[in-house]
Amino acid sequence: MPAETAHRRAPGSRRTVAATPAPGGQRRSRLEFALGRHPAGLLLAAPYALFVAAVFVYPIGLGVWMSFHDSFFTAPGVSVPQPFVGLDNYKAVLANPAIRASFVHVAEFLVINVPLTLVFSLLLATALNSVVHWRGFMRVSYYVPYVTASVATITVWMFMFNSSGIVNQILGPLAPDPAWLVNRFWAMPSIALYVTWKQLGFFILLFLAALQNVPKELHEAAAMDGASRWQGYRAVTLPAVRPATTLVVLLAIITGANLFTEPYLLTGGGGPNGASTTPVFLLYQQGIQQGKPAIASAIGVLLVIGVLIITYASRKLTERE
Amino acid sequence: MKRSLIILIATLATASLLAACGGGSSSSQTSDKQTAKGPITIWYSNNPNEVKWGKQVVATWNAAHPNEKVTAQEIPAGSSSEEVIGAAITAGNTADLIYNTSPVGVPQFQKQGGLVDLSTFPDGTKYIESRTGPAAAQYASADGDYYQLPWKSNPVMVFYNKAIMRKAGIDPNNPPLATYDEFLATARTIVKSKAAKYAIYPSPSSEFYQSWFDFYPLYAAESGGKQLVENGASTFADKDGTTVAELWRTIYAEKLAGNEPYTGDAFLDGTAGMALAGPWAIASYGKMDWGVAPVPTSAGMTPKETYTFADSKNIGMYSSCKNQGTAWAFLKFSTSPKEDGALLQTTGQMPLRVDLTKAYPAYFAKNPAYSMFAEQASRTVEVPNVSNPVEVWQTFRDAWTGAVIFGKGDITSALKDAAAAIDKLVSQK
Repeated sequence: MPAETAHRRAPGSRRTVAATPAPGGQRRSRLEFALGRHPAGLLLAAPYALFVAAVFVYPIGLGVWMSFHDSFFTAPGVSVPQPFVGLDNYKAVLANPAIRASFVHVAEFLVINVPLTLVFSLLLATALNSVVHWRGFMRVSYYVPYVTASVATITVWMFMFNSSGIVNQILGPLAPDPAWLVNRFWAMPSIALYVTWKQLGFFILLFLAALQNVPKELHEAAAMDGASRWQGYRAVTLPAVRPATTLVVLLAIITGANLFTEPYLLTGGGGPNGASTTPVFLLYQQGIQQGKPAIASAIGVLLVIGVLIITYASRKLTERE
Repeated sequence: MKRSLIILIATLATASLLAACGGGSSSSQTSDKQTAKGPITIWYSNNPNEVKWGKQVVATWNAAHPNEKVTAQEIPAGSSSEEVIGAAITAGNTADLIYNTSPVGVPQFQKQGGLVDLSTFPDGTKYIESRTGPAAAQYASADGDYYQLPWKSNPVMVFYNKAIMRKAGIDPNNPPLATYDEFLATARTIVKSKAAKYAIYPSPSSEFYQSWFDFYPLYAAESGGKQLVENGASTFADKDGTTVAELWRTIYAEKLAGNEPYTGDAFLDGTAGMALAGPWAIASYGKMDWGVAPVPTSAGMTPKETYTFADSKNIGMYSSCKNQGTAWAFLKFSTSPKEDGALLQTTGQMPLRVDLTKAYPAYFAKNPAYSMFAEQASRTVEVPNVSNPVEVWQTFRDAWTGAVIFGKGDITSALKDAAAAIDKLVSQK
């Protein structure tokens, strides 16, 4: 390569090429734009990309298509007209008070679950990072609920939180009536508490991994500068685990917005009186039970849009300096 | 970032286009299919006694028809058989015959193009109506044809635990349960005496089918045999429906029934002294000393006048069936007088057959406890065969949960609102 060209390309090849186009340079630029700088990478990524396209992109595309049509699941070979209906399915969803309420319920859930998850997982991870003895046992203890089947743990919670359960026995006259899971006011907070407990182990692990990567030298430097433990924690630890914080918040929002199993099992199908229904629960009810996949798809698309907006906002918030 | 966005949009657009290209061409039933013979598959429920009956009937058939072999298996597990069958119809992998087809699912399966119209067989309608009698009419679809063969019913009645009745100081052989006043007095005595924590414990959860085991049997009795929807309009927002709802509201308000989802069987483990169930439940009661009575009515009716919910399970032939000639022959074989007798003997469930007690006198002489169910089987009400059946029942259940189980608002307006919503649903195609 001539020295002059090498000198010109070094700081930023794309800009240099654009400034002094070589013969065929525009075509190369377009090719590069389409295939990237390392086309072989496309080949290597292709199998996974195909997998994602088959199990993720195609279903999303189908879901979006269904939400704009009068779709219906039929037996193979049976042709039923599925006309384009524009925004009718979305209008039907937004006009349905039960579906609107389900979005409010899941918002209520997120408002309780996400802060609880963030605070408790960070606190417990910090504590676990400090303990010397029984560290392995404690980590496993927190992780066990996460890997235990929801059906099993939900049964235990139902026993604990029913009218004659241990929680009400401890609370005595302060216990709510009706009991927690059939109480219109307490049903969703109870579910949020259960999900926080169930998933805490996973989020603790994320924070623990981040905490173990915080250089000790930074803490030592802070201490030498006269920082107290709390000041050190605020000035060193919290900024260092910010990427993990962002991840925890994002994952908590995404999994929380997809809440289904808990209201389905814990409150007997979104009870009491529909107080713990969620969009995904109604999506299942409309799409699978009631044979209205077009309405279900519209709920799904609205939920995806809502989650994207909330996660974008939360990312901006948690990544703010 | 720009390139990623372009790729994402292009991929989604392609996916939507591919999705839009899905679907297939139409096909129609041919008479060739209806006479085709060869191997078939069937699904039956996972009830142990039904499995036993199914294995026996398949073995008998296969021994006599080596070229038309029937392969049987339990229906795949799912949250309900309707969901499993609905998904299998879409995938095109249903069994040829399903001996667990709930009448509530039939309009939906029919709309999906998943069911074979049994009335199109030369002797289809005649066979169904001669076997089941006038009760068969409840199972006909809106077009007047049969897309299901009415097979067996489980008339819902009041089971009671005699030991609990005895402990409560109530005559265990003849507990007063005929009128609402008697039923409430008995329920109060059970709870007050602490013979059981609750008098009765129907599931209070919100699944669409739960009203079949609290409201519907009592409404069938109180109304003298009305369905939830008749002639395209709701019936339940009337005096009879309100009377039934008020009874249950009192039961919940006085904590004679639990309002929390129960893990287990409250009647079986003695938490409740009574239960509303059909004869299918008897197998699970083991050594319990139980008795049975017709469901109560406000003024009291004789057992011979009392209606109840049928809780039937029927047989559907599914459109994926290629050898429909064999399937129809096996369907008739498995619902013949001999095999119906075997079903009764093995499962205790009532074949939907005219004059049941006269057809199997020896069985009922030997099993007098089942005679009441057989008598009741001739006065049963099925779920209505209407558009959007699951949504209809879900709408009713949601209204019931609020107004009755949790006592919110006024019963009359809750029922009227639900009736108006249901009328809209059944009017949709």
